[in-house]
Amino acid sequence: MDAVTPYLILSGILFSMGLIGALTRRTAILVFLSVELMLNAANLALVAFAQAWGDLIAQSAVFIVMTLAAAEVAIGLAIIVTIFRKRVSTNVDTLAELKG
Amino acid sequence: MPLYLMPLIPFLGFLILITFGGRVFKGSSGGWIGSLAVLGAFVVAISNYMGLERPIHEQYFAWLPYLDNGKDLKVGFYLDQVSSIMTLVITGIGFLIHVFSIGYMQDDPRYTRFFAFLNFFVALMLILVLGDSYPLMFVGWEGVGTASFLLIGFWYNKRDYANAARKAFIMNRIGDLGFMLGMFLLYKNFGTLVIPDLAEKVEGITAIMPALELVGLFLLLGAAGKSGQLPLTTWLPDAMAGPTPVSALIHAATMVTAGVYLIARSYFLYEKAPMAHEWVAWVGALTALYGALSAINQYDIKKILAYSTVSQIGYMILAVGVGAYWAGMFHLVTHAFFKALLFLTAGSVIHGCHHEQDVRQMGGLAKKMPITHAVGLIGWLSIAGIPIFSGFFSKDAILTSAYEHNIWMYAIGLFVALLTAFYMTRWYVLVFRGQYRGHAHPHESGPIMTFPLIALAALSTLGGFIGLPHIFGTNQLSHYLEAALPIEESHISASLEWTLIAVAVATSVLGIFIAFMLYRQRRIERIGGIENASVQALYLNTLYDNLFSAPSRALAKGLDAMDRGVEGGLEATAKVSTEPGGWLTHLQNGYVRAYASLMLVGTAALLLYLAIRVLGGMQ
Repeated sequence: MDAVTPYLILSGILFSMGLIGALTRRTAILVFLSVELMLNAANLALVAFAQAWGDLIAQSAVFIVMTLAAAEVAIGLAIIVTIFRKRVSTNVDTLAELKG
Repeated sequence: MPLYLMPLIPFLGFLILITFGGRVFKGSSGGWIGSLAVLGAFVVAISNYMGLERPIHEQYFAWLPYLDNGKDLKVGFYLDQVSSIMTLVITGIGFLIHVFSIGYMQDDPRYTRFFAFLNFFVALMLILVLGDSYPLMFVGWEGVGTASFLLIGFWYNKRDYANAARKAFIMNRIGDLGFMLGMFLLYKNFGTLVIPDLAEKVEGITAIMPALELVGLFLLLGAAGKSGQLPLTTWLPDAMAGPTPVSALIHAATMVTAGVYLIARSYFLYEKAPMAHEWVAWVGALTALYGALSAINQYDIKKILAYSTVSQIGYMILAVGVGAYWAGMFHLVTHAFFKALLFLTAGSVIHGCHHEQDVRQMGGLAKKMPITHAVGLIGWLSIAGIPIFSGFFSKDAILTSAYEHNIWMYAIGLFVALLTAFYMTRWYVLVFRGQYRGHAHPHESGPIMTFPLIALAALSTLGGFIGLPHIFGTNQLSHYLEAALPIEESHISASLEWTLIAVAVATSVLGIFIAFMLYRQRRIERIGGIENASVQALYLNTLYDNLFSAPSRALAKGLDAMDRGVEGGLEATAKVSTEPGGWLTHLQNGYVRAYASLMLVGTAALLLYLAIRVLGGMQ
């Protein structure tokens, strides 16, 4: 087992938890949290790879992801608050008006 | 006065009336403007009639470049004795009928438009008559066809009426095709279509030309279409759907006689085409018989007159067919008088009986409408062929000519005369005699309608004296027409002529007598035996329906079925693609978690694929 593998295993566990949370949770805010968890799992994997290959490009990718995540949180939370104000619930299953 | 003024004045009347319409011309002012325009044309016609010795030929401007053998075909008018008489009839009777319409059409919402159409008709009819070349005649020919269509369908919101208008137009088109083919053949053979030039060229021919026979037959087809002759006759009775003044003006006095005029105008062709000429006579004789037989059992006051018109025009065609052009023109004129009179009488009766047209709902009107009765009486005696009234003289002239030509044609003509006297007496008795059978309150029409009736009655009474048989004195009409038409000297002796006159009078009296015997006792039902054949106008409509309409309806049905087949196939194709599309829409259920699951599946599949490729590449 080399030095990267534990990080990758942790990353995989975190990603799976995020995925399961995103798929099973109904509350928008928890879905959102799960997505953030998945993002961070990916970040962890990227950092681990950067360390292993001695390449900084992956690390800079992590910064971009974090920036994007911050922006996404700002917008996503604003949307969720608006939805809550309108419908007094953030259950994602009831938000199906735009289906085909 | 220049000839072009004659059609120009009514045409201006048409333009003014159609542009401004009933909003500007309140009340009956539009009617008066229309009538004055025709009166203006009448004045021009009279001024040109006076002192007409040599034909007037005016040419105005180039029309069809290089059509005429290197020269341009010019728009030109040509007035000789024949066209002069026609212009007098058209504008004179046209004026009287316009005046009648002022009263008759009073309550119509499209009053002014009616007069616009009438003026349009008069203008185009004058172009037809005055045109110096066949193409220009054809312009008028088509124009009056259009006017006829517009006026038959004047009350177009009644489906039957609109259909009658279409029928007239379509049957006329068949005739027009004949006219056009005749023109093409003439141009190919002689290189000109100007009638005086053509006459000169044709008269110079000595050899027999089969093409001329063909031209003669084609022009006969054209004439049959416009004049409602066999086999194109069925539109004319239906044309009575139009307002009654239209029936009087277009479908009795003027337009329908255009065929007679066309043949008289083309006499030089028929002189060189004896076979076609003989056909003309037979078409005329058979149509006269057909019309008379069909008229016997009709109940519609106008339908009786309509079939009578078919029959009388048959007489005229018979006359020009046996070479008695002047007799044809004579009957054309007197028929214009008495048939316009009869139609307007019918109009007055219809007006007085509140739009009742069934003669079973009439009777006894002699007391209630004395003036209408008096003029109707004159019209009846005139068409029945009672001496001193105009119809007698012209019919006698035709019968005499037919006798000289072919004894069978004479026999048919005489039989038709018997039938004519019979059905017109029936008409007269059912309308005016006996007791009133209807439920309306008939009243006499106003002076604006009775004045034209009285004028026409006077013409019908005295009009015959322009063409006396030569045993009574000079025949003014044939003398007048001598300059423009070939007049054959009569070869029959005075005693034979007396006999023919006596036979004709006896026939008329016999017809009247039989009808009086049959109908005097309030009998209104039809005569048995020939009943259905006559009511159905000898089944000609049914025949055409089975011959032409039914097959085309069947074809249309077949094509429709095919169309539906193709359409069904296309629809099936569309279903093949829309159905699975419909299934796929279920994936778009709007649940984010479902979408996320799909994303997961998709990503997993992609990763799996990549993994397989990478692993495969390593081996």
